[in-house]
Amino acid sequence: MKRIDALSAIYPALQDRVVVTIMGAVAAELQSLGHRPNFFYLQHAMGLASSMGLGIALTRPERRVVVLDGDGSVLMNLGGLTTLARYRPRNLLHVVFDNESLLSVGGFPTATSTGSDLAEIARAAGVPRTATIRTLEEFSRAFDEGVRAGDLTTIVAKVEATGPSTYVTGLSLLENRFSFQRWLAQPG
Amino acid sequence: MSPVSTASSAAIYDALKACDIRLISALPETWLVHLVRMAEDDPDMTLVRLAKEEEGVGISAGAHLAGVKSAMLMQNHGFLAAINGIVSCAQLYRIPLLMLISYRGDFGERDPWQTEGGAVTEDLLRALRIPYASLDRADQVAHRIRKAQTLALSANKPVALLLCRDLMWEDA
Repeated sequence: MKRIDALSAIYPALQDRVVVTIMGAVAAELQSLGHRPNFFYLQHAMGLASSMGLGIALTRPERRVVVLDGDGSVLMNLGGLTTLARYRPRNLLHVVFDNESLLSVGGFPTATSTGSDLAEIARAAGVPRTATIRTLEEFSRAFDEGVRAGDLTTIVAKVEATGPSTYVTGLSLLENRFSFQRWLAQPG
Repeated sequence: MSPVSTASSAAIYDALKACDIRLISALPETWLVHLVRMAEDDPDMTLVRLAKEEEGVGISAGAHLAGVKSAMLMQNHGFLAAINGIVSCAQLYRIPLLMLISYRGDFGERDPWQTEGGAVTEDLLRALRIPYASLDRADQVAHRIRKAQTLALSANKPVALLLCRDLMWEDA
């Protein structure tokens, strides 16, 4: 499964959701499908996209939040999974694209390449719904089920270690930040 | 009885409430026990207990963008642990943070393990260009916290208040 195909499959469902992504390929690929004011790309601070999603989900329970994470980022904040599980925001869907590598810095393998299982770690941390997904069809189904479940869900999607040719996009970080804040200021 | 000052803790908590703080992230340490309990007992406060302080930067960033005022409670070693998030989330994206940092390892510290962190805390705040002030006495608390929050919000920047031994510890 390619991450860009997985993103294309869920793109229509992201239209009215709060979306927080990590940096690198996820941010660039989602923008290549079409930026929206409800998308925020955390272009650094690896590990904190899920924490930002938690901050939004807890303070705006009427909003539905999707975090698009990655294996390298989750591995930098494994404790954050325990915090997510502890507060169990039912309006948060956590997708981890696991390409088993730190792709944007040269493709160095992460610990998921040698067997560390992020869905099992999330489950053991207390996330009530977890799954590891390997095909596009399964991913679309798991995402829809996560949306309908109304409970904290972590979906680990195994994807190929391929990405766009460049990670820098035309969207400035601060423009993204302020327009996202304005979008969130609207009533849900 | 813990020598952690309940009166000073209550003054700090009241000041945070007066600033319309509705979410507090915390990683408990001795000096912060009363503050964490006050947040826990307050039905109008969302308390997020962290595994590591850097998470609190992300949580406060999310809360800010969602329109909710928040504060972070941490020890100075927690501030050290949060620095990458402070720089690459809060400063990069111009996010206000109100950080209340217990200032361990300063004059009067008896615990040897706290002493190195105390020696670098203010230098690091200066190096990061984070405006900060010390809270030594209960009568400073309300207006300094209010002014710190005002600057954080007008500058869209992290600010810090150092909770000092003379304020927090009754046999100081």
